[in-house]
Amino acid sequence: MSKISNKFKDMTDTNLLLTITVVVFFLMYIGAIVFQGKGFLKPQTFFNILNTNAALIILSCGMSLVMITGGIDISVGGVTALVSMCCAVYLDFKGGNVAVSMLIAILIGLAYGVVQGFLVAYLDIQPFIVSLAGMFFARGMTTIVNTNPFNVANEKFVALKETRIIVPGMGTVNKLGKYVDAYVEIGVIVALIIVILMFCLLRWTKLGRSFYAVGGNKQSALMLGINVKKTKFLSHILCSLLAGIGGYVYFLHVGSGAVTHAQGAEMNAIASSIIGGTMLTGGVGNIIGTFFGVLSLSTIQNIVASAGLDQAWWTGITIAAMLCIFLVVQSVVMARKKRAIKK
Amino acid sequence: MGKNVKKAFICAILSLVLLSGCGIGYGEEKEEPVTEAENEDLIVVGFSQVGAESDWRKANTESMVKTFTRDKGYELILEDAQQKQQNQITAIRTFIQREVDYIVLAPVTEDGWDTVLTEAKDAGIPVIIVDRMVNVSDPELFKCWVGSDFELEGRKACEWLRAYCESKEIAPEEVNIVDIQGTAGASSQIGRTKGLKDAVRANGWNLLEEAAGEYTQAKGREATSRLLRKYDNINVVYCENDNEAFGAIEAIEAAGRRVGNNIAAGQIMVMSFDGVSDQAIDYAKSGKISCIGECNPLHGPRVEKIIQNLQQGVTPDKYEYVDEDIFSGDSTVTSIEVDDEVYTIKILGK
Repeated sequence: MSKISNKFKDMTDTNLLLTITVVVFFLMYIGAIVFQGKGFLKPQTFFNILNTNAALIILSCGMSLVMITGGIDISVGGVTALVSMCCAVYLDFKGGNVAVSMLIAILIGLAYGVVQGFLVAYLDIQPFIVSLAGMFFARGMTTIVNTNPFNVANEKFVALKETRIIVPGMGTVNKLGKYVDAYVEIGVIVALIIVILMFCLLRWTKLGRSFYAVGGNKQSALMLGINVKKTKFLSHILCSLLAGIGGYVYFLHVGSGAVTHAQGAEMNAIASSIIGGTMLTGGVGNIIGTFFGVLSLSTIQNIVASAGLDQAWWTGITIAAMLCIFLVVQSVVMARKKRAIKK
Repeated sequence: MGKNVKKAFICAILSLVLLSGCGIGYGEEKEEPVTEAENEDLIVVGFSQVGAESDWRKANTESMVKTFTRDKGYELILEDAQQKQQNQITAIRTFIQREVDYIVLAPVTEDGWDTVLTEAKDAGIPVIIVDRMVNVSDPELFKCWVGSDFELEGRKACEWLRAYCESKEIAPEEVNIVDIQGTAGASSQIGRTKGLKDAVRANGWNLLEEAAGEYTQAKGREATSRLLRKYDNINVVYCENDNEAFGAIEAIEAAGRRVGNNIAAGQIMVMSFDGVSDQAIDYAKSGKISCIGECNPLHGPRVEKIIQNLQQGVTPDKYEYVDEDIFSGDSTVTSIEVDDEVYTIKILGK
C-alpha cells in the first residue's frame, strides 16, 4: 500500500494526468461495447474514429505544444479551412499538381506561424488576441478565395484520397456473408507519425524541454539561460505548421473546399488537449495524452450518435459534461497529491 | 493546506452533481439496446437529414418520425447533419457500423457520395434517397429515389406568371425579376433556377440578378433589401422557398414598398415554393405571396411503402416523383399547361 502511495507521490503531474486520461478512455470504450453492443466491437469502428479525426489529432498536437509553452492558438480551425479551400481551388480550377498543393498547405501554415509567432514572442501581444485576429483573417480569406462549397474532381487527388491502407486480420464479415477488410486512410499514418515525432521532441530534446520550462515559469527559464522569446516563437511556428499539415489531412479526408470546413476545430483541439492532461496555465502536458484526448472526445461523439439522440446539440452537451468531469477529476487528483506530499 | 481541503471539497460536490446528472442521461440511453434485444424483429432505419433550416425540412423530418414508430415495428435513428455533407458521411458510417436495415439519405448536395455509398453497398444495406438527388458514377449505389421534380415546379410557377402577365396585358420587357436562390448545389435550387432561366429566355423577361438566399428567412431578407437598394424597377421576387419569401416580404415592406399582384400599380409580386407552413398559405390567401409551387414534404409514408416492398422482395421504381399542386390566392389564372399536361391552379379562398 505504501509502495503505491509512494508511486503516486513520485509521479510527475504530466504522467499522472496522462494516466487518468488513458484509464478513462479505456473505461469509456469498454462501456460503449457493453451498452451499445456489437458496433463498437468491430475494429473498423475504431479505425473510422481515427479516419475522421486524423486532422484533429494533428491540430491538437500543435495546440498542446503552444499550451505547454503557456500560449494558445485559436486560428488552427481557420487555417484548416483556408488550406482546404486554397488547395481545392488550385487542384480543381487550375488543374494543379498534388505535390505542389501539399507545398501550398505547408507554406500557408509556415506563413501563419511566422506572423503570429513574431507578434506574440517579440511584440509581446496576447496570443489569444493575435490568433483571434488570425482566425477571422483565415475565415475571411477562405470566402474571398471561393464562396461556394465544391468537391474536387482532380483524378490524381481523388486517387490519393481513396487510397486505403488495409489493416490485416481486422476485417469483419458483413450481413451478406462477404468479408470486408478493415482500413485506415493515409491521413491516419501521417497523424501517427506526427504524434511520435512530437512526443520524441518534447520528451528527449533540449528544445522540447525548454517549451516546458518557458510554460512552467518564464522567469526561471530566463535565468536558466533559455531564450524565452525564441522558444515562444518556435512553438507558434510549429503549431501553425502542424495546422497547415492538419489542414491538408482534413482536405484529404473530405475532398472538398468550403467556408464552413473545420468550424469549431480549434475548440475541439483545445478540449482534446485539456482532456489529455495539458493545462491551460502551461508547463504541463503530454502528446500521448493529447492523442487519447482526441480519441476520448470522438468516442463520446460516436456514442452519442449511435445512441440515436437525434438532436445535434446532444453532442455538445455531452462534451461539455465530459470536459467538466475531466477538469474536476484532474484538480481533485492534483489536490490530493499535493496533500500527500505535504504529509 | 486549508485551501486544498476546501478545493477538494468543492470539486467532490461538483463531480457528484455532474455524475448524478450524467447518470440520469445515460440511464435513458442504456434502455434502448435492452428493448432492441427484446424486439429482435424491429426494422432499423437510419435517416440522415440535412438539418432544420426551413419549415419544409421540419415537416419532412416530422413526417419520417411519425411514420417510423415502434408501434409499427420500426426503430428510427435520426441524424441531423446541420447542413454539412461531412456530418452526413459520418452519420452513414455510423449506420453501417450499427448494421441498420435501411439507410434513408436526404443529401445536402448532389456530388461526393460515391465512397460512402459504396461502403453501404459493401455492407449490404439498401440506401433510399429522398428529396434531393445524388450524382453517383454507379446508379446501383442506391436502391431508389423519392422526391419532387424541382424543375417542373419552377416551370409551373413561371408558366403561371406568364399566363398572369398575358391576361393582365403586361408586356414581357416590363417584367423585372430577381431570383433569391436556395442552398447552392442543392437539387431544388438547381431545378427551380433552371425552370426560371428557361422561362426568362423563352418569354423575354428581364432577370436582373440572382442572389444567394440559402433557404432561410434571414438571408432572404438581407438579399432582397440589398437588391431593392440596387434596382428601383424590381416587380417580381422569385423566392425558391417559403422562408426566403417571408424574408423578402419583410424587406419589401421595410423599404416602404407594397407586396401584391398588381405590378402595374407599383406593387412587388412575391413568388414562392413549398407551401408547407400555415403562414405561407395565409400569405397566399391574402395575396402577399402571389403564387406558391407546392413541394410536398410528407415523404414518411412513401419511404415506408418502399421499405415494405423491399421487405417482400419487390423492387420499387428507381425514381418516384411526387404529384404536386400550385397554389394562388388570385383567380385570374385557373389552369396552366406545361409539356402538354394541364395543371389546375388551386385557388385559395380568403
